Amino acid sequence: MTGNSGSHGGHDHSHNDFQPDIKEPTENWELLEIALRELLVDKGVLSAREIQDEIEAWEKKSPEKGAEIVARAWVDEEFKARLLEDANRTIQEFGIEVEILKMVALENTPELHHVVVCTLCSCYPRPILGVPPLWYKSKQYRSRVIREPRAVLREFGTKLSDDTEIRVVDSTADCRYLVIPVRPVGTEKMTEEELAKLITRDSMIGTAQARDPIGQRS
Amino acid sequence: MSDQFKVGSKVRVTKAYPPGHIRTPFFLRGKKGIIIRHFGKYPNPERLAYGLNGLPKLNLYQVLFDMETTWQGDGSFAAKDTLTSDIYETWLELI
Repeated sequence: MTGNSGSHGGHDHSHNDFQPDIKEPTENWELLEIALRELLVDKGVLSAREIQDEIEAWEKKSPEKGAEIVARAWVDEEFKARLLEDANRTIQEFGIEVEILKMVALENTPELHHVVVCTLCSCYPRPILGVPPLWYKSKQYRSRVIREPRAVLREFGTKLSDDTEIRVVDSTADCRYLVIPVRPVGTEKMTEEELAKLITRDSMIGTAQARDPIGQRS
Repeated sequence: MSDQFKVGSKVRVTKAYPPGHIRTPFFLRGKKGIIIRHFGKYPNPERLAYGLNGLPKLNLYQVLFDMETTWQGDGSFAAKDTLTSDIYETWLELI
C-alpha cells in the first residue's frame, strides 16, 4: 500500500495488491463436497472442528522441511545414500511418518534432471513439501510438462543443456517423489542452515534449480 | 502373475480403454518402455475406487519411456529426454 493519503481521487489505482475473492461454488463436484461434508458433520462422523484442524495441520506443513532434508543430503553422503535407498525410513529422522505411500528421493546431477508431475490429478509429496502450488494442479502444467519439458522449464527460467537428460517423472500411483537438486558451486563453506535457504520448493519439484548463492540465477 | 517382471524388463503398456477409474495414463497405452524400479505391492486402485478392498495387491513398477518415440517427435524435448510413469502389473506385457 502507498502511504500517500486516505482519499481516492479517481478509480485509476491498481487492485493488484489484493488476492481475488473466492468465487461461489457452482460446479457439481464443489456442491457434492459441501453436501458430503455437511452430512458427515450432521451424522456425527466428524466434527466441523476436526475438519478445520486437519486443514490447518496440512497448511502448516511447508517446503522448509524438505529443504532441511535436502541440505542434510548435500553435506552428508551417508545420509544421502540412506535417503535414496529408503526415504520413508530416513525422513523419520526429521519427524515425518509416512505409512501408506512410498516416498522416493531422486538425485539430480549435471547429467540427469528430474522434474515431477502428476498427469492424472495432483499427487505431490505433501508430507514433506506441504500443499502443492496451484500451478502444479493446473491442466496446463500437467499436460505440457510431460510433452514439452524444455519449453516449460524455460518458462520457469530454468535452462538446461541438451546434454542433460530431462526425465519427467509422472507420479500416477502410490509413490511420491522428492527431487534432490544439484548443489550449486561456490557453496562448499556454507553451513547446513545456510544451504537450506538455497533449496526452494520448485527445486524440489524439479522445475527449477537450487538458488545460486551469489545473487539471483537468471 | 507375480514375478514375471523385473528391473530391466522390456514391457508394453496394454492398449485398452476400459471404462472406470484407471490410473494408467491414456497417452501411454500401447507404448513401449523399460522397468527401472519395483515399488512393492499396493492395493488395486481400480477396485479401491468402488469401495472394495483392493485385494489382491498388485506389483507396482516405475517404467521409463523415451520421449522421442512416445510423442513421435512432436513436443519440446532433446534427444536424450525421457519420462517415467508408475504402472501396476496388470497393465504391463513383456515384449
